[in-house]
Amino acid sequence: MAIRTDKQIQSRSFIALLIIFGGIILLLAAMILSIIYGAADIDLPTIWQSLTQFDPSLTAHQIIRNLRIPRGLAAALVGASLAVSGAIMQGMTRNALASPSIMGVTAGASFMIAVAMAVSSQVTTISLAIWAFAGAGLGAGIVFGVGTISKSGLTPVKLALAGTAVTSMLSALSSGIAIHFNIAKDMSFWYAGGVASVQWVHVKLLAPIVIIGLILALLLSKSITVLNLGEDVARGLGQRTVLTKTVATIVVLLLTGAAVSVAGTVGFIGLVIPHITRFLVGVKYQWIIPAAAVLGALLLVLADTASRMVNPPFETPVGTMTALVGVPFFLYLARREGRGM
Amino acid sequence: MISKTKRTSFWLLGLTIGLIATILLSLNLGTMSVSPIDVWKTMIGQGTDQNQLVLFDFRLPRIVIALLIGAGMAISGAILQGVTHNDLADPGILGINSGAGFAVVLFIYLTQNNLTSTVFILPLAALGGAVLAAALIYLISWKNGVSPIRLILVGIGINAAFSALIIVFQLKMDPDDFTKAQIWLTGNIAGTDWSYTLALLPWILILLPIAFFKAGTLDALHLGDETAQGLGTNVEKERIFLLVIAVALAGASVAVGGAIAFLGLVIPHLARKLVGARHHHMLITSALLGALLLLVADTIGRNILSPSEIPVGIIVSLIGGSYFVYLLMKS
Repeated sequence: MAIRTDKQIQSRSFIALLIIFGGIILLLAAMILSIIYGAADIDLPTIWQSLTQFDPSLTAHQIIRNLRIPRGLAAALVGASLAVSGAIMQGMTRNALASPSIMGVTAGASFMIAVAMAVSSQVTTISLAIWAFAGAGLGAGIVFGVGTISKSGLTPVKLALAGTAVTSMLSALSSGIAIHFNIAKDMSFWYAGGVASVQWVHVKLLAPIVIIGLILALLLSKSITVLNLGEDVARGLGQRTVLTKTVATIVVLLLTGAAVSVAGTVGFIGLVIPHITRFLVGVKYQWIIPAAAVLGALLLVLADTASRMVNPPFETPVGTMTALVGVPFFLYLARREGRGM
Repeated sequence: MISKTKRTSFWLLGLTIGLIATILLSLNLGTMSVSPIDVWKTMIGQGTDQNQLVLFDFRLPRIVIALLIGAGMAISGAILQGVTHNDLADPGILGINSGAGFAVVLFIYLTQNNLTSTVFILPLAALGGAVLAAALIYLISWKNGVSPIRLILVGIGINAAFSALIIVFQLKMDPDDFTKAQIWLTGNIAGTDWSYTLALLPWILILLPIAFFKAGTLDALHLGDETAQGLGTNVEKERIFLLVIAVALAGASVAVGGAIAFLGLVIPHLARKLVGARHHHMLITSALLGALLLLVADTIGRNILSPSEIPVGIIVSLIGGSYFVYLLMKS
């Protein structure tokens, strides 16, 4: 399932720039939309006032400042991280299906969340985030570890296989813990994923990691483009593939760990956005990574807003909304038999 | 070839002995341990009433159903891997399990867990869901025929869609129903009685021989569509037929045992390693291996934290996953 590169090898810098800048504008619009819509409707002047002349005695201002803005920001950061992680994974492994949920990262985080909830019924949001972070590292560590220890090294197929195996094992363990300690229902909200209960403390945790991760990803992007041509080619071109892969893996861990720890398992963004992006901007990762970041952020902000509008005042899990967008697109790509897959 | 056949015979004999030993052990172990002598006495009709009840009404049906589901899931995985030319294919990855899971979750949600009726209708719902998923996968991947890669990619997409739907309905349940659904989704064969066994038996008895009979076709398909065509196989027709067999096997197994992951993925790998890739040898080895693994897993799940039980799906994932990881590290 190697990514096909033939027709798309030409760069599409213009389209890429259009997507990045147009996307940022759309993203801002989407963020405003996400601040306006919700259980309590809020108009534009109020938003402006809450930013310029904050009045703590007004509920609307409180909602905007303490609920909606962090939520919108978190959605954007999580979306960008997952999309970029997916793009790096797919580029590095040349595996069309590589994505945080397939490579054991999400399952590892879920597992540690289950452990944390089983150990103590009163876990704070922030400690939960740290557990999830450790779990993401654990999952990915095992998967990459298996790939590295094995004799023939870290081949793409092997990574995908190891990811599937480790994911299955970790999810089985989480289910077991959840059923045994009777916390299945608590776990489920986390499985469903979402940024509904995000607070500023989450954003503060998330933002620096995501920014560092994105910068590293951009620095790596050229090497990933070369790596995507095949490891032998990359080595032939004088690239230090081991170094690239190591740094790329760390970036993926940082980004998905942070995203999953705040938003739970939001599926499909890491899988679908890189495909959409490659489809639009070609195969140069110098363009794919920033464009994927913007599109991922945009998708999750919109999905999160939609999740509040579908069945108010109840919230539909945002993972469902991303699946709603992701599945049809994925099926469309699959039917075309993999342009970009 | 002769040495291959010899090797296969060796493994088949070994596996059969292993199976018989595990069956005896499984009869013997449990919250109420029954000594081997008592097992024997009960078997020939001279046991106490209590032993008779424990063995014939609780343990034996459960053992038989583990064997049937194990064989069914393993063969389903082997067929799917052959048809899609992809060693990662199994009913779980292709979305057939989650289709069944969705139907079950929807059913539990709609009936608000009316326990008396679910015992018989739940499996039907699961089967319906599996068939629905498979039909969707096939229809969506159809485009002047169904290519293997399209099939598996569409399957992954359908899997994700059903998984998302499962979460939506699960979140709307009360905690008891939620846990019930979760246990089912993990894979569990506790609380089975002869009625389940008898419901599953005809499926397996009819479908397994058909699968074995189609081993040659699977070999041809595994070589790739063009080669298969060249060998005179009607690729599209055979593929549909084999898929129907695989779905029916997975659907019937999932209906009774829940969404047991990993069996369909790992067992064919193991079988290929033992007896080679030819389906004549590989399929029958898979059936025995699958039956053995599921019975071992269920026996462990029943006993390790006795008196509370661990759903068999969890044990299968742990055993299957470890083996798989070991395989990867060695290769």
